[in-house]
Amino acid sequence: MSSPAREPWLQALDRRDATWWIDRVCRGGVFVGGMSAILFLTAIFLFIATQGLDFAWHRLSLGQLLTGQRWEPTVEPPEYGALPLIAGTAWITAVAMLVAVPLSFGAAIYIGEFARGRQREWLKILIELLAAIPSVVWGVIGLQVMKPVIQQLFDVQVGLNVLNAGIILGLMAAPIITTIAEDALKAVPDTYREAAEALGATRWQIVRKVVLPHARPGLSAAILLGIGRAFGETIAVLMASGHRLMIPDSIFDSAATITATIAAELGEAAVGSDHYQVLFVLGLLLFGITFAINLTADWIVRGRRGHG
Amino acid sequence: MAEPQAEPSADLAIEVRGLNLWYGTFQALFEVDLDIEAGNVTALIGPSGCGKSTLLRSCNRIVERLGYVSTTGTIRVLGHDIHAGTASPIQVRRHVGMVFQRPNPLPLSIRDNVLFAQRLHAAHGPSRADQDAAVEQALREVLLWDRVKDRLHHRATGLSLEEQQKLCIARLLPTKPAVLLMDEPCSALDPAATAAVEDLIWSLRGRYSILIVTHNMAQARRASDQCVFMLMGRVVEHSATEQMFVAPQRQETADYIEGRFG
Repeated sequence: MSSPAREPWLQALDRRDATWWIDRVCRGGVFVGGMSAILFLTAIFLFIATQGLDFAWHRLSLGQLLTGQRWEPTVEPPEYGALPLIAGTAWITAVAMLVAVPLSFGAAIYIGEFARGRQREWLKILIELLAAIPSVVWGVIGLQVMKPVIQQLFDVQVGLNVLNAGIILGLMAAPIITTIAEDALKAVPDTYREAAEALGATRWQIVRKVVLPHARPGLSAAILLGIGRAFGETIAVLMASGHRLMIPDSIFDSAATITATIAAELGEAAVGSDHYQVLFVLGLLLFGITFAINLTADWIVRGRRGHG
Repeated sequence: MAEPQAEPSADLAIEVRGLNLWYGTFQALFEVDLDIEAGNVTALIGPSGCGKSTLLRSCNRIVERLGYVSTTGTIRVLGHDIHAGTASPIQVRRHVGMVFQRPNPLPLSIRDNVLFAQRLHAAHGPSRADQDAAVEQALREVLLWDRVKDRLHHRATGLSLEEQQKLCIARLLPTKPAVLLMDEPCSALDPAATAAVEDLIWSLRGRYSILIVTHNMAQARRASDQCVFMLMGRVVEHSATEQMFVAPQRQETADYIEGRFG
């Protein structure tokens, strides 16, 4: 520097003291944390893709995978028709939503619009606890509790079936749907409720005519994220569904899902074999579906905010 | 509503006797006695926290929204005790409409806002023609019809604040309430909109009994028949507006009106 001797206070201005370094380091640390999501997402996607792509490119017909009705990877010649798995997943998810949506919306409406004070806080804590139950425990409930109940109640031979897995999955997805739905209800301005109440609306009329219509985008997002949750669940479904590799004809048929098939077969398939690789293609399919569901949910919620 | 009480005074819209009100353990109203004459505009004035909004919100029991409110004493609307065992807040609100400080149209169309209350109470919806007539009449009454008649299906939340507040008055009218309660209805509006809404309130005088809370002395003076001055949860003075502003009976009233406090 050519300038004459600096004023003492000016020197103090560009001194890199401890706080400056702490700021730098912490900023770097949280940056890594923030970017890690992108990193892991890309890495996992690449891993799944590279493991399955060679086979998918050269020897697998996508049409056969998506429409083939026989999943027989270990017989000779092998058949890789994933329709039974896709159908099983769809059936079980549908039943799960039929169970979860009424329960969760009921719970969210009760907590958000009717319960007061301490009762409300307790219910919220209990529902979050429900979400903390490990999925293998749910599987055991399906295996040991639901199975005999279904057999006796409906007088059917097989108790491990679409209905069983659907109920278990529904109960597992209910907490997340409840929590997000309740957030959606909470986002409805209280002035709307007050206005409707002053016009002589009952509590239920307020919910039905004002709160629910206004919260609709958030409620749709809650359902979608619940579907995403149900889609990805593995072990509980494997235990409760009976894992039969055929397209179910009714809710009393056993069925297999994409996730359960990957979990059950990956350990047996020789690394790098066609069977091994087709399981990764299934994983890619799953990845794509859940990714699309989550993006759609996000888009619905954001679109709503954009409109005010 | 409850059965008529003994000797209902036909010329009184609201009759408050010995009203005490607590928010939890905090007492907001003390032994309030008040007669509001039918067909008049009565202004409730007083410094912030004096209980005027609480008193207003007691008259349609909307104050009970807060779960921790308790009251003693009676309020009669057109002679009916609104706290009587058989009276439900729902029915009370049908006869006692309310306008809030901030315009609060529901996030529905203009038309659905106007018909909201009517649809709540009608077992079978009125015919389309009746609904159209009700919408037009209510919007004409608040001088909004010509401005919005071509966009009745637009969202009410897209209107200007002045139009929103007029709509909030209009949507009270189809159920033919006897009393309109207004909680500082112009405080969120600019001067021109304030003047327009004031004119509207004045034009509704006679057909409805109007009780209006205001912070604005000039507004109370030019747009009310009667004036009630409250202080610390009590009614200090109640007289004809002209008299209160020219010759207040109590020293506190004079001090407040002249801007020495509050």
